[in-house]
Amino acid sequence: MAERAPLSLTARLAFGITGLLIVGGLVLALAAFGYGRAAARETYDRLLVGAASDIAASVGVENGRVVVDIPVSAFELLALAPDDRIAYQVRGVDGEVLTGHAELPAPPEGADFYDADFRGEPARFLRVTRRFAERSVSGNVEVIVGQTLQARRDLAFDITSKALYGLAVGGFAMLALAVFVVRSALRPLDRLARRIAARDPQDLTPLETAAPREVAPLVGSVNTFMARLERQFDTTRNLISDSAHQLRTPVAALRAQADLALTETDPARRDGLVERIHRRSVSLGRLLDQMLSHALVVHRTGSARREALDLRDIALDIVEAGDHLVIAPGTEVRLEIGEDPVTVMADALSLREAAKNLLSNALSHGHPPIAVGTGIEGGERLLWVRDAGDGPPEGVADAIGDRFLRSAASSGQTSGLGLSISKSVAEAYGGRLRLEHAAGGFRAVLALPAPEGTGP
Amino acid sequence: MIRAALLAIAAAVHAAPTVAQEAVATFGPGDAGTSLVLRTTTDIDVFGPTVAAFLATRPDLSVRFEQWGSNDLHALTAADCAAGQRGADIVISSGVHQMVDLVNERCAADWRSAATAALPPDLRWRDEIWGISREPAVIVYNRRLVPADEVPRTRFDILDLLRPATSVYAGRVATYDIEASGLGFLFAYADSQEASTFGALMEAFARSGAVATCCSAEIIRGVAEGDYLIAYNVLGSYAALEAAENPDLGIVLPGDYTLVLSRAAILPGPEPARDAAGAFLDFLLSPEGQREMALMQLRMDEEEEDGTVPFRSIPLSPVLLVAMDRAHESRFIARWRAAFGAPEP
Repeated sequence: MAERAPLSLTARLAFGITGLLIVGGLVLALAAFGYGRAAARETYDRLLVGAASDIAASVGVENGRVVVDIPVSAFELLALAPDDRIAYQVRGVDGEVLTGHAELPAPPEGADFYDADFRGEPARFLRVTRRFAERSVSGNVEVIVGQTLQARRDLAFDITSKALYGLAVGGFAMLALAVFVVRSALRPLDRLARRIAARDPQDLTPLETAAPREVAPLVGSVNTFMARLERQFDTTRNLISDSAHQLRTPVAALRAQADLALTETDPARRDGLVERIHRRSVSLGRLLDQMLSHALVVHRTGSARREALDLRDIALDIVEAGDHLVIAPGTEVRLEIGEDPVTVMADALSLREAAKNLLSNALSHGHPPIAVGTGIEGGERLLWVRDAGDGPPEGVADAIGDRFLRSAASSGQTSGLGLSISKSVAEAYGGRLRLEHAAGGFRAVLALPAPEGTGP
Repeated sequence: MIRAALLAIAAAVHAAPTVAQEAVATFGPGDAGTSLVLRTTTDIDVFGPTVAAFLATRPDLSVRFEQWGSNDLHALTAADCAAGQRGADIVISSGVHQMVDLVNERCAADWRSAATAALPPDLRWRDEIWGISREPAVIVYNRRLVPADEVPRTRFDILDLLRPATSVYAGRVATYDIEASGLGFLFAYADSQEASTFGALMEAFARSGAVATCCSAEIIRGVAEGDYLIAYNVLGSYAALEAAENPDLGIVLPGDYTLVLSRAAILPGPEPARDAAGAFLDFLLSPEGQREMALMQLRMDEEEEDGTVPFRSIPLSPVLLVAMDRAHESRFIARWRAAFGAPEP
């Protein structure tokens, strides 16, 4: 199944905000509707209160009888709800209807406001009681005023629709703003992409873009990546130039001797020449091996994943590999490792290559007995090779920083390159190559830092 | 079952107060597909031409025109409503407070059209009642018998005329009997709301033995024949029609204020109105209909409203329900009776 292209940020944001607006809109619509109804109810209930109070105030006692003089103002008040029917009733102290509608729904007990039908239409009623305590009239006169709900509905609808209208406008504004913000927030990325695209293919210098804080890590990563790329390029370039350099002299020498051999008529001297050509070829082969190993190691340190390794395993590996049996048959190699693991973060192949180089140096140039061991010294994890000799001559130790060990190469001696590889590996993992004279001989040590999070 | 129910309703209607219409006429072809029943307080002579003009545009209709007194018309329409039947398709009355009451009692159907929407808010309520005419309440006098310098221009002038103990106007001023005429009651009620002059006027009427009688036509004829010198609060449309034929009649729009009445039309309900009834209503409100009504003086000339006389329209609003209030009505009529004495047998 083909992987679908991820949704654009703008679309995600638009979906998110639309969802928010829909949910929020529904909630707000309900709230607005509720508020509109409450507001309309309160507003028009006040009309009822005003009208009923007006009518109640117009009730009086004349000649021992309750009389009502319905005030026009009460009806003018009710007429503020322009399209609603009006119901009213005034009941005397004995419950008889003094004026108004003869038949009205009876008010429920204890309620002032109540809802009931008036002539088949829902209406809102208010009952107001006025007490009389005259000599002739004593008791409660009830005034009931009611009104149909048209104006309330209109007002509630009006409030609700206005709220929703405002909400819709606000929603669209939010959406537009969100799209605008996303576009403008992503503009630095566009600019970055354009600048990278416009670059010269060879240009791996860091990008200098004033990026917002959120985009800065991306720029940093791009710059780090480019720096690594450049290092790789450098390495490759160096390898090529080193190789050309180092191969030129031995190949030239081979060719000169081969020329000599071609023209030599004396069989004894020709055999001598062939013998020298053979030795040179073997030496050249070893040099090529070293160079390939070097290239491999340098490549891996830049690209392979680092993992937790026990240096004791590496030591064991190279001793058991038995290379020394080829280089120096009969030489004994001892293993000196402790009980505890000696852990570092590195690439096993590179380390093995580095250690193998140290061992073959010791076998080639040192004196037996030879030992391979590990140890922990301060914050450093050590992998060392020791022999009983005096170590390399003065100058070699200093020169191993140079890759151009022309003298070594031309003479067929390759210990310098081996040390150079070991040094590169050690430095690639944050450590160093130590060459030291120790008790009982010379020791070459790969000293690597302890992995993070562990003690010294 | 349904038949039995219908019979019961029919019996109930027959049991309702038996009142007879004043006159009946049928307009339009006898074989018209649809027949409308129009009940109105307006005289057939006055409103007939408008009905005929409407039927000229709708040859498929005929109209049965029933002329009623305003109180009877109200009682009949309310009885029809209570019985749940439609006795008339359209009711037009000058007793607009009674029509407002019918609307409030859910006895009218609604009708919405461009014509009704164009009416000002004062001339419609709930889209169930509409003011179709525009008629002033005027003072009518006999030009022969009332000297020019004594013609009352305002209510105060009438008060002045009646003040002398030996006034020749004593007993010769007429107005509506508000118990017999819904329109008379409405005008009197509107007067009582408008100014305190009304109280003084009642008192003067009482003292001078003014005459309260029924019906516009009767009052105007009385003035024309010299039985009365002055008639107060007469519907201007009838007065203008009469005056056009009788030069003895003089008409005054009271200068302190002039009440203006819009006859109210309703489509009895609450079941939806018939389309033909709505069409008739739309015609009445249309320019053609208004022109026809203006020919019969049912619409005041607009140029009369030049600002010299303050016009007070009676709006079609639920405030008119106060005029229908039992307690209010009985007190008002009690005052009236006290002024005019017991009604003549």
